[in-house]
Amino acid sequence: MGHALALERPAPDAGAQVWDDYVHNRENPAGETRDLWYHGLGCGAWLVVHRNTVTHEIYGAALARDVKGAGQ
Amino acid sequence: MRVQSGGLIDRNTRLTFRFDGQSYQGFAGDTLASALLANDIRLVGRSFKYHRPRGILSAGSEEPNALMTIGQGAYAEPNMRATTAELFDGMVAQSQNRWPSLGLDLLAINNLAAPFLGAGFYYKTFMWPKAFWEKLYEPIIRRAAGLGALSMAHNPDTYERAWAHCDLLVIGAGPAGLMAAKAAALAGLDVIICDEDTRSGGRLNAERLEVGGLPGADWAQALEAELRAMPNVRILLRTTVTGAYDGGTFGALEVLPETVARKTGGARACFWRIVARQSVLAAGAIERPVAFRNNDRPGIMTAGAVRAYINRWAVAPGRVVTVFGNNDDAHKTAADLLAAGVHVAALIDARPDATTELDVPFYPGAVVCDAHGSKGLEAITLQGPKGQEKISTDCLAMSGGWNPSVHLSCHMNGRPEWRDDLASFVPRAGAVPGMHAAGCCAGQMSTHAALQGGLQAAQVAAQALGVDLPDLAPPQAEDAPYRLAPLWAVPGKGRAWLDFQNDVTVKDVRQAAQENFRSVEHMKRYTTQGMATDQGKNSNVAALAVLADATGRGIPETGTTTFRPPYVPVPIAAMGAGAQGKGFAPERLTTSHAASLEMGAPMIAVGLWYRPSYFPRAGETHWRHSCDREVAHVRQAVGVCDVSTLGKIDIQGPDAGALLDFVYTNTFSTLKVGRARYGLMLREDGHVMDDGTTARLGETHFVMTTTTAAAGQVMKHLEFVTQALRPDLDVSFASVTEQWAQFAIAGPKARALLNGLLDAPVDDSNFPFMGCGAVSLQGVAGRLFRISFSGEHAYELAVPARFGDSLFRLLVARAEEMGGGAYGMEALNVLRVEKGFITHSEIHGRTTAFDVGLEKMISRKKDCIGQTMADRPGLSGPEREQLVGLLALGNARPLTAGAHLFKTGDEAISANDQGYITSVAYSPSLGQFIGLGFLRDGRARLGEEVQMVDHVRNVKTTCKVVNPVFFDPDGGRARG
Amino acid sequence: MAELIAKSPCEGLLPLDLGQVQAREVVGQPMALVAPFKGAAGPLGAALMAAHGLSWPDPGKVVQGQGCQLQWFGHSHAMLVGCPPSDSLRTHAAISDQSDAWAVVALEGPDAAAVLARLTPLDLRDSQFGPGDTARTELFHMSAAITRSGAQSYQIMVFRSMAGTLVHDLKTAMQAVAARS
Repeated sequence: MGHALALERPAPDAGAQVWDDYVHNRENPAGETRDLWYHGLGCGAWLVVHRNTVTHEIYGAALARDVKGAGQ
Repeated sequence: MRVQSGGLIDRNTRLTFRFDGQSYQGFAGDTLASALLANDIRLVGRSFKYHRPRGILSAGSEEPNALMTIGQGAYAEPNMRATTAELFDGMVAQSQNRWPSLGLDLLAINNLAAPFLGAGFYYKTFMWPKAFWEKLYEPIIRRAAGLGALSMAHNPDTYERAWAHCDLLVIGAGPAGLMAAKAAALAGLDVIICDEDTRSGGRLNAERLEVGGLPGADWAQALEAELRAMPNVRILLRTTVTGAYDGGTFGALEVLPETVARKTGGARACFWRIVARQSVLAAGAIERPVAFRNNDRPGIMTAGAVRAYINRWAVAPGRVVTVFGNNDDAHKTAADLLAAGVHVAALIDARPDATTELDVPFYPGAVVCDAHGSKGLEAITLQGPKGQEKISTDCLAMSGGWNPSVHLSCHMNGRPEWRDDLASFVPRAGAVPGMHAAGCCAGQMSTHAALQGGLQAAQVAAQALGVDLPDLAPPQAEDAPYRLAPLWAVPGKGRAWLDFQNDVTVKDVRQAAQENFRSVEHMKRYTTQGMATDQGKNSNVAALAVLADATGRGIPETGTTTFRPPYVPVPIAAMGAGAQGKGFAPERLTTSHAASLEMGAPMIAVGLWYRPSYFPRAGETHWRHSCDREVAHVRQAVGVCDVSTLGKIDIQGPDAGALLDFVYTNTFSTLKVGRARYGLMLREDGHVMDDGTTARLGETHFVMTTTTAAAGQVMKHLEFVTQALRPDLDVSFASVTEQWAQFAIAGPKARALLNGLLDAPVDDSNFPFMGCGAVSLQGVAGRLFRISFSGEHAYELAVPARFGDSLFRLLVARAEEMGGGAYGMEALNVLRVEKGFITHSEIHGRTTAFDVGLEKMISRKKDCIGQTMADRPGLSGPEREQLVGLLALGNARPLTAGAHLFKTGDEAISANDQGYITSVAYSPSLGQFIGLGFLRDGRARLGEEVQMVDHVRNVKTTCKVVNPVFFDPDGGRARG
Repeated sequence: MAELIAKSPCEGLLPLDLGQVQAREVVGQPMALVAPFKGAAGPLGAALMAAHGLSWPDPGKVVQGQGCQLQWFGHSHAMLVGCPPSDSLRTHAAISDQSDAWAVVALEGPDAAAVLARLTPLDLRDSQFGPGDTARTELFHMSAAITRSGAQSYQIMVFRSMAGTLVHDLKTAMQAVAARS
């Protein structure tokens, strides 16, 4: 999982290591990853984009709102 | 020499042009190259390194030699290929890389020094001493070795950019491309077909071939007309597809005719971004020269180019032409020359078993081993089975076979495949997703094979799109086999050229191999083979073959170089089209912009916004005069300032308060309706993101104010929080920054001014300090906020933006009547520095709530963004640099923003750094220079003297550390 | 007392008539952003239909009502254009007046699409962006809302403050297209 882990905000008391990972640490895979993209000049939606960092292929995209909502 | 009849030129339209100061004539339909050859001009340039005399080699965009500067003065464009430059009346062209003239080039001395200038010469020679490289060697080398020069003037030409979308992009409008386009178009697909030429047909325009019973060029014109009539087809001629990119995106450069470029606003070139679901690469092939001694003499051309000049432009490139090749194209060339009435001195075929029925002196099993004549070919020497023979000739047509134009297939890291039967590379299937090669580009070398291949490629593309193609048979066309015996370099002494543009010879490549640069990538960099602007279009395969031979490997084992975008040089001006001047970035203008300009205010850019710096009055000769007066207006009477640029976000919904509690450190859900509160916003990493006041207009309705600088960032942040973190919150928001024109009215007379305008008066009971609510102004519904960024009794009045211009003028007129007036950014800054109010100069991304003294604003009763991380060790405490005020001791020595702070007596070096200054102002209220800054453990050091050192501006000032609130520390003026 | 006078965003800048394209300002339309509260899509739809004859637009679509239209405007917003929003909507949606927030320009003529293709990466083909389609997208360097209002006409909205830049960019593209014919 790439930057899309930013959706999983820890509880305030989750501990320093968990928070450090959440805010700062990101995998940088050669291959599949999940990014967060913002449609800034457009509709304002945040998207979870599933893509490949090597081939640049995009497998799919979902609204962050739906991804987050499904997890709850 | 122009042939009497024939050709695809318009002999009724004569065009006059100049080349190196001389006037010549050509016809409509000519390129600069064909017109030069028609005027018997063979010497057109000097080579890059050795300044060898060079002539036209090709008839297409692969041309390495005939690079010209076209146009004059600021309009001059260097390095234009004469072979693709469409002739126009009044064209002015200059040859390049020669001094003082083309005929007498003094730098041709390099040619005599050639034994020393071989591969790796620069690397070996200019090693030492190090400093000499930059100061001495490089400038000299750059002058001697080079292409055309820029005019150094601002480019006055207009460029354009555009987007296009289609189902199928066809690259190349030769037989394969046209067939593919036709099939796809008949199936109803949206088709774009691009070709770099001025007419469709590709090689059909250069050959004497029939397609479907018509002369090839006529068949192409007819099909083009048929396609143009279809609404789902776009034909972009003069358009070279320059790159293949992710997601089916292609770059393409369209060169517009001079008639368009000359019109008002007309562009010289258009850079297209084409998005296609599928593509057909029908880019054709490029003929390769044969390397032999002195094969770069002017008059030596590729055989295909000779046929193109004869058949398309009715130009004989010589009076006595010799043809030399390793394949049947050489014979076709001789036949075409004979048909045009040109004398053929010899037909030389490297294949011993070759035969001919042509009535020409025929030399099977022979090769050309030398060429003579310095500024133009005079004779060649051939080496045959019976020995050497010298033949007088002024033009040699050579053919070493064809290299498919695989370039675009390499742009996404795909490597082409070697084909032994072609002795060349073809595109690898799938190298670019959705791209299918067809025609010569795919090794389908006959016209029939190309037509058939175009249909097949369209079929594959259509299948991928889920569309059925109509049953289409290719028209009748020749289907001759392509037979060649590979011939890369004729053995022998002397220099035999591979890369004409970068002056790389067979010897250079062999030397590279000898010095162990055996990898093709190393050889390329060591010799510069293929690294000129033509990217080795003519020479890479031959150079690879020479390297393979020198290292005793097969060509596929030796590897291949790859190609990168762009296929042809693209002017940066075309890629950045429209972004010059006013097009560089949007300008955001407030509703008071026109009035401010009328008042003589200089505008300053604040992000994309333009805001008045100050409003000069008669007699004021320095901005400080105006600024000091405007500060005094606010402190003593009343000032008016446009604050519309601050971000305003309308937040509504049952959970509006909960959202604000989550994004702000302090609590907003408890704020009373009709009141506003200052809020501090953190990033999740615990640093300050932004600040501003948020007002509660109703139970479920807030309006948030952001700083001008962070308005976009905060909007994006709120979108993230509500979509990605808390989609459970029932709240929505919208930017209303542009809806409201908002003006600060500040000073002891602010309320008096307002009450002279509002339909109902305000007082301390309905609008106490930090109060807000609806007001009416001549019946216009507005909003009033009693907030202060100046420390004075102040309001911000908002009205729908359509009334902004009018209201600003009205407010300023009233303020002036009351002894005040408009104030600009300078005064606004002084007023806030005097009060110690922070801006993004202070909350610059590295400061915490603790640093700016607002850590108590982080509520512990709730979670909020940044709360947890703000508690990390190191983000608070005495080791932090904390916000302080700084008083300059002695008026003559000002403070400067960006300067650093040091303890008195310490050396001003980074190891001793104690902090830095972020904002400075001359305070008319205090009568001295003041500043805000960050000082290590600053709040514990009030009263201490520190040294300010500005290494950039060379200023040193002693200052005293004080509380950042310089003026009215208890805030009585704003509340009163 | 001096009167408050309304001024439109493109006042003094439009109309423009170049080649086969005209650009003119659309003024005086009430505009309001409508954003439904949670779970209120149903009742909001009913209220919209009752008050304005409108249904909630699908993404990228404009719905026509009685003297007004509802234009999709973002991931959870639609812009009500042409009439003031009925108070009956307010219990189901956040309503935010935007009547003054946008510069609105109609671009019309046979070359209107060619002009737009110089400014936006949007796929403007009839099959992808026909009458009744709308998009939030990029117009040169600006965030914009572009609507296909007819066979040869488009409506462009950018921030009011960028009106001058919009007209500049349109004029540049219009000149370049006109020069080709």
